[in-house]
Amino acid sequence: MIIKHLKLDGVNGSLATLTGVKNAAAEEIVEMHMADGTKRTGRVVRIDGDRVTVQVFEGTRGMSMANTSTVFTGEPMQIPLSPEILGRVFDGLARPIDGLGEVYPTELRDVGGAPINPVAREYPRNFIQTGISSIDALATLIRGQKLPIFSGSGMKHNELAVQIVRQSTIADGDDFAVVFAAMGVKNDVAHYFRTSFEEANVMDHVVMLLNLANDPIIERIMTPRCALTIAEYLAFTLHKHILVILTDMTSYAEALREFSSSKGEIPGRKGFPGYLYSDLASLYERAGMIEGVEGSVTQIPILTMPNDDITHPIPDLTGYITEGQIVLDRDLDYKGVYPPVSVLPSLSRLMKDGIGEGFTRDDHSPLANQLLAACAKVQDAKALASVIGEDELSDEDKLLMEFGRAFEAKFLNQGFTENRSIEETLDLGWELLSMLPRRMLDRVDDAVLDAHYKGKG
Amino acid sequence: MAVHQIYGINGPVVTIKGETSLGMMETVFVGNERLIGEVIGLKKDMTTIQVYEETAGLTVGEPVYPTGSPMRVALGPGLLGNIFDGIQRPLPAIRDAFGAFIGRGAQFDALHAQKKYKVTVTVHVGDRVSGGDVYATCPETPVVVHKIMIPPQMSGEIVEALPDGEYTVKDTVAKLKTDAGEVIDLTLVQYWPIRVPRPTAERLPSDKPLITGQRVIDTVFPIAKGGAAAIPGGFGTGKTMTQHQLAKWCDADIIIYVGCGERGNEMTQVLSEFSALQDPRTQRPLLERTVLIANTSNMPVAAREASIYTGITLAEYYRDMGYHTALMADSTSRWAEALREISGRLEEMPADEGFPAYLPSRLSEFYERSGYVRNLNGTEGSVTLIGAVSPQGSDFSEPVTQNTKRFTRCFWALDKSLAYARHYPAINWNQSYSEYIGDLANWYRDHVAPDFMQCREELCTLLSEENSLMEIVRLIGADVLPDDQKLIIEIARVIRVGFLQQNAFHADDTFVPPEKQYKMMQVILHLYHRSKEVVARQIPISKILATGLLDRLTKMKYDIPNNHLELFDTYLRDIDAAIDGILR
Repeated sequence: MIIKHLKLDGVNGSLATLTGVKNAAAEEIVEMHMADGTKRTGRVVRIDGDRVTVQVFEGTRGMSMANTSTVFTGEPMQIPLSPEILGRVFDGLARPIDGLGEVYPTELRDVGGAPINPVAREYPRNFIQTGISSIDALATLIRGQKLPIFSGSGMKHNELAVQIVRQSTIADGDDFAVVFAAMGVKNDVAHYFRTSFEEANVMDHVVMLLNLANDPIIERIMTPRCALTIAEYLAFTLHKHILVILTDMTSYAEALREFSSSKGEIPGRKGFPGYLYSDLASLYERAGMIEGVEGSVTQIPILTMPNDDITHPIPDLTGYITEGQIVLDRDLDYKGVYPPVSVLPSLSRLMKDGIGEGFTRDDHSPLANQLLAACAKVQDAKALASVIGEDELSDEDKLLMEFGRAFEAKFLNQGFTENRSIEETLDLGWELLSMLPRRMLDRVDDAVLDAHYKGKG
Repeated sequence: MAVHQIYGINGPVVTIKGETSLGMMETVFVGNERLIGEVIGLKKDMTTIQVYEETAGLTVGEPVYPTGSPMRVALGPGLLGNIFDGIQRPLPAIRDAFGAFIGRGAQFDALHAQKKYKVTVTVHVGDRVSGGDVYATCPETPVVVHKIMIPPQMSGEIVEALPDGEYTVKDTVAKLKTDAGEVIDLTLVQYWPIRVPRPTAERLPSDKPLITGQRVIDTVFPIAKGGAAAIPGGFGTGKTMTQHQLAKWCDADIIIYVGCGERGNEMTQVLSEFSALQDPRTQRPLLERTVLIANTSNMPVAAREASIYTGITLAEYYRDMGYHTALMADSTSRWAEALREISGRLEEMPADEGFPAYLPSRLSEFYERSGYVRNLNGTEGSVTLIGAVSPQGSDFSEPVTQNTKRFTRCFWALDKSLAYARHYPAINWNQSYSEYIGDLANWYRDHVAPDFMQCREELCTLLSEENSLMEIVRLIGADVLPDDQKLIIEIARVIRVGFLQQNAFHADDTFVPPEKQYKMMQVILHLYHRSKEVVARQIPISKILATGLLDRLTKMKYDIPNNHLELFDTYLRDIDAAIDGILR
């Protein structure tokens, strides 16, 4: 028996309240039928006896208290899944928008997802070659990792993400697919990704979920959950290797803030809800691999740091959850260095166990350490040079400045289409380090230096 | 007992309308799936419950079952080597029941019910026993003997003792008649509420160090057994890495590692590494002395709040047996955030940054459960607490860091710029401190070297002098400094790179015994003293640099194996020879 609840008790922001509801279930989906015959979808977010608060995904604009009838479905939010979803384009709630009709489901799955049991996880160790020197050498991407790109408005994070998809997938013969979730991005950006995937000839391995900047904001809260449910299905049921790109997490967090404040919750830092950490974790932690199951979910969330501030709650909390980060730098971007990766704050936590002999090369770890230590010294030298002038620097510092310039020009700067193998990248690293006298390389032991150091001594 | 009905649901918080007989902090089962919950608020017309599992799908009107007991953990053999969630449900059992993803509403015995242990019953009929007395022992793992003790409040006379043999945790091995005349079956397991500290006979001074094998900790900022330390640091500064290093190498008998609201992959890593790594003292896998508690960031937030208490209760239980235990909590900020989240759902008045006003008192209650004590049974044991703190925006002035600082005596501040330069452990020597130095001075004097503390002092002075000199260098460059100050900068560099920096991936350098730490310090200071003679004679410092001694000292941590400390003598001789050569 379907019970229709006529009338609403109140509407506030994206929330509608109803009274007189019996046996509502937490987080169940409701259908709201409007006077004009259209239908909206909502989710129960709070129950107090017979009073129920519903979050309306499409927004409450135009809703009337009197003429809305609500049906409680009794089900959590589920999306249809089938192997045919590859190559399809959906809206933010996983409804097809490419004109190819509904998905004929082989399975319905709850988008909330359950946490992976830490005991059942497989510790990620497989190196993914992205062909980008700064990432491969210094912040290595590992299959099953979550490695966000911290960027700012106007920087080339989209190009970088496309380059990673293109180069890492084509080099790899395995069964791969990309799940792309856009949250509040501009139409142009979505179009850019789409054409890039087509040019790279991977579109039939891509699932796109688009919640664009002009789409309903509350829908955005569900978009990454739908995307990750699709990714988990493709990875652990169909055994593919999935790369999930989530862009832009800043828009997602802002949607969450809007929702939280209309719910009247006590805000934490910068008005974001106190549970922002747990909420982001419920997304990011859905990356990984499962022991004994072929397939993996690797995540590259992209976020634009408001005002390039890495201590803003969104990048800050993200950094605490993800396994490292790739930070883009505004100054490098101005100089025309592409990709503008700032190597010192960039980091991959899973790198230590996924590089070295058997994965990349035995000298990878000492080389990465030494390059980063040298870059840190370059920073000091630069700071000093800006005070006393470069001419007054000691000989050692002058060498460092020279090294720093070469590092930016040769190592960091690489074309959008240039695909470097890990050997090329590592050799390039040694070539640059050989500009420095051997005694300055204090992070590397002598055996490694003997094998790779080509400088004068 | 009366069954109640759900009235309201808001995230992990569930309410019941009307007056109930439920007690504060009582464990309840919520809904048809019997999710585990705890009563956290009682009002005349409303009872508030936090649910330790995902509440999606829970319906108004579903039943709430009382249990009559507070949230408690099972204590007995089978804890070591196991991995639990925040409310002591064994994760391997959950995996066997649900597969790779964690399901809901499952109740599991924390301790394996069928496994038999080789039990030695140590009491005889007629013995008078009281709380803490050991009545049976069994080898829990090849390295740890589990002592089964009379629960703290109980005392009486043993009226039956079974012979030694193979028993499961639920088998009765002895019977006790209390003074009131009640006969109680003593099994291998006892229960204890997680929010109540286990009683002890008395607190003893903390005057023995917890040796961690990390130079910057043991030598510069040592921690006592029974002490409490905080490791604050922004993301990427190596909190987790430092915690792992301590858990691997510190000389505690038992390690409780609580992954509280952190990454799933990290727990997997701990699990696989600790099964593979050998304890240097026993040559057995580290996992055999470790209990893991994993409540990752995507697991329910209320269980995250409980995980810290579950961990400390287990630590206290092993302490009661006379073991030295260390609890690593990574990270206490996530626990504080869980408090904040629940407090927000209860619509309590927020204090600083939305955290509840009781944050400081909860933190102090937790850290005060550490200590070096005499147990009820007369043995000595300790609980050392090492809590990681994840300050928002790497800002140490935020409430969790500030309040933690008040209740811990060791503060190991991790520094972003050191981490960027890949200086690990990235413990900043200018911001960190240890209040235990005075308490531990005698131990270092008696067990390592008589002049250990003097050497440490000199080392620290050099570092702080370098710090003030660097301010000048940053403005005008190093070239203008006089030679004696240049020498300080050069020696401080050796201390920083050769001593403070430690390579966790190097076979020898990952754990360095205190004797080697002392020798390294001695050699560096010897070079400093001899070089001062050179500088005093107006001989240019470049002559000392040309000997290559500084570079050699920087790498001595790799060149001298931990079991060949006599090699340090050649360094001392070489220094003398080189400096004498310059002076001649």
